[in-house]
Amino acid sequence: MTAYIIRRVLYAIPILIGVNLITFMLFFVVNSPDDMARMQLGDRRVTEEAVVNWKAERGYDRPLLFNSEAAGLDRVTETIFFQKSLRLFAFQFGASDSGRNIGYDISQRMWPSLAIALPVLLVGLAINISYALMIVFFRATYIDIGSVVLLVAMMSISGLFYIISGQFLIGKLFHLVPISGYDTGLDAIKFLVLPVLVGVIAGIGSGTRLYRTFFLEEVNRDYVRTARAKGLRERVVLFRHVLQNALIPILTGVVAVLPLLFMGALITESFFGIPGLGSYTIDAIAAQDFAIVRAMVFLGSVLYILGLILTDISYTLVDPRVRLS
Amino acid sequence: MSQPPGVRLSPMLTRGLAPKASECDDAPVQRTRHLTESRPGGKASRAPLRCRCEHCAQLARTSGRLLLALGLLLTLTGCGEPPWNNPYPAAQAGQQILYSAFNERPKHLDPVRSYSANEYGFLAQIYEPPLQYHFLKRPYTLIPLTAAEIPTERFLDADGDPLPDDAPIDAIATTEYLIRIRPGILYQPHPAFATDADGRHLYHALPRRQIARLRTLDDLPETGTRELTSADYVYQIKRLATPWLHSPIAGLMGTHIQGFSELAERISAAAPSVGNGQRPFFDLNQVPFDGAEVIDRYSYVVRVNGRYPQFLYWLAMPFFAPMPWEAEALYAQPGMAANNLVLDWYPVGTGPFMLTENNPNLRMTLTRNPNFHGESYPTEGMPEDAAAGLLADAGTALPMIDQAIFSLEKENIPYWNKFLQGFYDSSGITSDAFDQAVQFDAEGNAGLTPEMRERGIALFTAVDTSIFYMGFNMADPLIGGDSERARLLRRAISIAVDFDEFISIFRNGRGAAAHGPIPPGIFGHREGAAGINSYVFDWQGGRAVRRDIEEARALMTQAGYRDGRDPASGRPLTIYFEFADAGPDSRPLLNWMRRQFARIGIELVVRATDYNRFQEKMRKGTGQVFMWGWNADYPDPENFLFLLYGPNAKLDGGENAANYRNPEFDTRFERMKNMDDGPERQAIIDEMVELVRRDAPWSFGFYPKSFSLHHQWLYNVKPNQMANNTLKYRRLDPALREELRTAWNQPVIWPLGALLALLVAGAVPAIGVARRRERSRAR
Repeated sequence: MTAYIIRRVLYAIPILIGVNLITFMLFFVVNSPDDMARMQLGDRRVTEEAVVNWKAERGYDRPLLFNSEAAGLDRVTETIFFQKSLRLFAFQFGASDSGRNIGYDISQRMWPSLAIALPVLLVGLAINISYALMIVFFRATYIDIGSVVLLVAMMSISGLFYIISGQFLIGKLFHLVPISGYDTGLDAIKFLVLPVLVGVIAGIGSGTRLYRTFFLEEVNRDYVRTARAKGLRERVVLFRHVLQNALIPILTGVVAVLPLLFMGALITESFFGIPGLGSYTIDAIAAQDFAIVRAMVFLGSVLYILGLILTDISYTLVDPRVRLS
Repeated sequence: MSQPPGVRLSPMLTRGLAPKASECDDAPVQRTRHLTESRPGGKASRAPLRCRCEHCAQLARTSGRLLLALGLLLTLTGCGEPPWNNPYPAAQAGQQILYSAFNERPKHLDPVRSYSANEYGFLAQIYEPPLQYHFLKRPYTLIPLTAAEIPTERFLDADGDPLPDDAPIDAIATTEYLIRIRPGILYQPHPAFATDADGRHLYHALPRRQIARLRTLDDLPETGTRELTSADYVYQIKRLATPWLHSPIAGLMGTHIQGFSELAERISAAAPSVGNGQRPFFDLNQVPFDGAEVIDRYSYVVRVNGRYPQFLYWLAMPFFAPMPWEAEALYAQPGMAANNLVLDWYPVGTGPFMLTENNPNLRMTLTRNPNFHGESYPTEGMPEDAAAGLLADAGTALPMIDQAIFSLEKENIPYWNKFLQGFYDSSGITSDAFDQAVQFDAEGNAGLTPEMRERGIALFTAVDTSIFYMGFNMADPLIGGDSERARLLRRAISIAVDFDEFISIFRNGRGAAAHGPIPPGIFGHREGAAGINSYVFDWQGGRAVRRDIEEARALMTQAGYRDGRDPASGRPLTIYFEFADAGPDSRPLLNWMRRQFARIGIELVVRATDYNRFQEKMRKGTGQVFMWGWNADYPDPENFLFLLYGPNAKLDGGENAANYRNPEFDTRFERMKNMDDGPERQAIIDEMVELVRRDAPWSFGFYPKSFSLHHQWLYNVKPNQMANNTLKYRRLDPALREELRTAWNQPVIWPLGALLALLVAGAVPAIGVARRRERSRAR
C-alpha cells in the first residue's frame, strides 16, 4: 500500500501543476497585472507610475509564462507563473495582493467553515441514512412513493431558496435564532443552528435518494434473502446486514469529501455572515486578488487529491476483497 | 456569554421526554412477543394497520399527553423573555453601544492609502487631521479639529519674499500654511508607546520567536501613550511621498506640495532595501523636506506651489492625519507582517475612538479612547436644527457612546431584517426593501410606510455631493469634436435620454435630474430657473420640464441625421455605448437605454464589459458614449469642474473621461480654481457651466439622493456628505432599545410544537405498520 500511496502522491504533482497553470491562464485572460494594480490602488487619481511601482514590488512586472528577454532556464523561471507557483508546493502562500498573509488568514478562517460543514455532514448523514432505511423498510408502499416524490422535489429546489426561507421563517418570523452572524467559542452555537439546519435540509433530497438506491440494491441480494430465511426480523436484516454492506459506497463517498470540508460553502457563508474560507474565496475573486485565488484553488486541488487517496485507502479498510497495488 | 433564558427550555424538554424515550427503547422485544402470542396463525395484511394492543394504546395516550403538555409549554414560553435571536451577548444589554454593519472588509486602514468611504467610516473616528467639517452647518464649513485655528495663507514670491494678501496669482510662487496644533493631545493607549522605567520602548526590538507567537496586538499587554506633536503631521506628509506605501494622492500632491516629488526620490535612495520579505524600519524624520517643516513642538508649515486654496480641504482628510514614528517602528519588525500585524490593520490615533477589535472577517469594534482630548457637541447649527432636536446636546462632552460594533453583513436581506428586528441602529435602503420602507405622496415627496412609522423609524434623505453623468467621448470622430453637427447630435441625445424616468425606474426616485456638473451643496450650484440647463429643459410652472422629443428630432435633422438616419449609408445612425456591467441584472437598464436612443432614430449598440475593460477603454479613448460618476473629495466646485478641464483629459492620464478640451473653459478654470468663494467666482462658474451646457460633452444625468433609516433610540443624526467623523455626535437610549427589541422579537414556538406533533402523529401509525409488517415477515 505504501508504494501505491507514494505513486499516487507523485501523480499528484503534474496534476497540481496543470491545475495551477489553468487557473493562472484563466485568471490572466480576464485580468492583466495592470488591472490588479488599479484594483488595489483604487481608480481615483492613480498615476501610471504608481501602477508600475505596484507591479514591480509584487513581481507582476515579469512576463506571464515565457521570458524571451532572459537566457537559458531564466526564460521559464523569470516569469510570473514560475515565481508565483513554486512556493505553493511548499505551502507558502505568501501575501495577498492587498498585503495580508494568506497562510494566516486560511488558518483563521478554516475553523468557521469546518464548524458548519462538519455538523452538516454528520447530522445530514444520520438523517439521510435513517430516512433512506425507513423508505426501504416501507418499500413499494405509499410512504416509499410519497417520499421519493418529496425527495425529488427537494432536490429540485435551489439551495438559495432554502437559505432565504430558513432565514425568513426561523429567523424573521419565529425569532428563534439570529438571522446571520458568527462568534467564537461556544457563543458560535446559536449562529450555527440555522445554517446547519438549512444545510441538512437542503441535502436531504439528493442524499436520501442516493442512499435509498444503495440500500435497495443490497436488499435484494442473496445474503439478505438468506438472513430473512433464517427468521431474522426485517429491522435486524436492515440494520445488521443491509446497512453494513451499503456503508461501503457511503463511507467512500464521505471520505472523499472530508478534506474539502475545510474549503467552506460559498453561498451559505456569504448569506449567514460566516467568516469561512468560502467567503474568503468569493471576496478574493471579487477583489481580483490573484494570490488568494491561486492559493485557494491549489489548496482545493490538494485536498481533493488527498480525499481520493483516502477513499482508495478506505476501500481496503471496509472491504477486505480490495487490495491496493 | 450567558445563554438567553429561552435556551434554558431545552434541557427541561429533554428531561420530560427522556424517560419515555428509554421506555420505548426497551419495549420492542416485549411488544413483539406479545403481538405474536395474541394473533396465532394470523396472516400479514397490507390493509391499514392499527395495533390495538395495550402497549400501543398506552403509547398513543402518552404521545397525546406529551403533545398537549408540550403545546402548552411552548405557548407559555417566550412571553416577555429576552429575544432568542439576539446576535449580541446578553452582557451588552443596556450599554451605550451602537450597532452597525459593513458589507465589505476595509482594504486599508492606513491613512496614507485609504481612499474609500467604507474605510473612512472607521479611520475618521480614529485619526485626527488638523481640520474637520462642522457637523451641522451648511454649506459645509471647515473648523479646527486638532489645530488651534484654521491656518491662514502666506504668499511668497519666487525669491521667498512675502507678498500681500491681494497679490496677483501670477506673482505667488509659494503659499505657506502655518498649522498650529493644540498642546496636550494624547495618543490612544498602544503597545508602540510602551516604555520601561528607563524610557526605552518595550516592543520595538522583539525577538523573532516572540513575534512569531503574536496573533493580535492584545498579545503585547503593556501600552503607553505620548503627546501629539507637529512632527507627527510632518512625518505623515513624508509617508504620502514614500513610494512603497502607494498613496493614491502622491501624484496629485507631487504637483502641489513643494519638493514632494524630489522627496520621494530621496526616500527611495536613503531607505534600506527589503529583506526577508519585509522592509526594515526607516525613520522618515531623518529625511529633510522643504515642503513640510516642523517649526516647533506644536507648529508646522506646509509649502504649496503657487496658490492652491483647496489644500485646506485636504487638511480635513485622513491623508493628513498624524502618524507617530513609534507605530512604524513597531510594525516594521521582521515577522510582524507575516502575522498581519501591520499599520494597515491596526491604526494608532488620537481620535475619540480606537479600534479594539479588528476582525474584518467578522466584526470590528471601536471603543472610546480613554486618552481623548475632549470635544463638545456643537452649540450652533442651521435654523431648523434646533426644532429637529439636533441642538439638544449642545455643549455635551463627546463622544456620547462607549462603543460601536460593526458586524460583517454581506447580504442585504439579513442586514435589512436585523435592522427591522432592532439589532442594527440604522440602515440604508436597498432596492428590494424600498417599497417596504418608503412611499411617495402625490407631490412626489418620500415618506415612510405605515409599517415603518409604527416602529418609530425615522427617514433621512440628502442629495449626495456626487454626480452620475452620461459622457460623450470628445475625441471620437462621430459623437465628439467641436463641430456644430456633433454638438447638435449630443444635445439631441441629452434631451432624448430622460433621466427623470431613469431615476424613477432604476433608483426608486432616489435622485434629482442634473442641470450642470456641480451638485447641490457645493458652491457654484444654482437652484431654480437660474440653474436649469436651457438646452435640455424649459422652466414651466415653477419647475424644469424636459424639452419635447420632437425638439430632439429637430436637432437631429439640423445635425444632418433626419429620422436618425446616417446620410452616408441611409441606415439608422449607430452609436456604441460602453457599460461597465455585463451581468444579467443590468439588462433592463440597457434595454431602457436602447429605447431612449431609438426615440430619435439612433441604433444603440451596447458594449457591456467588466470594469477593468471599461476603464481601459476610457484610458485609451476608444469609447463613444458611457456612464460614469464622481464623488466629491471636498466641497469645492474645482473638484467637479476639473473633470472637464482639458489638460486633465483621460487620454493624458487625468480624470476628464470625456476628453473635453475647450480653451475658453480651461482659461476660466485656471482662474476660478484659485479664487475665494464670492460673486466673482460664481460669475466665472456660471460662464463655465454655460459653456459645458452648450458643448454638451456630458448629458448631466442625475445627482443621487441617499436615503437612510434610523431607529427612534438613535439621536443626533444629520446627513453630512463631507464629514466622516460623525460617530462621536451620536447618542443612544439603550433602555428603549432593549424594551423594543424584546417586544419585537418574542420567540414564536408553536411551529416547533406543530412540527413535533406532526412527527409524532406520523410516527405512531408508522410504528404500528412497521410492527405489523415485521411480525408478518418473521413468520
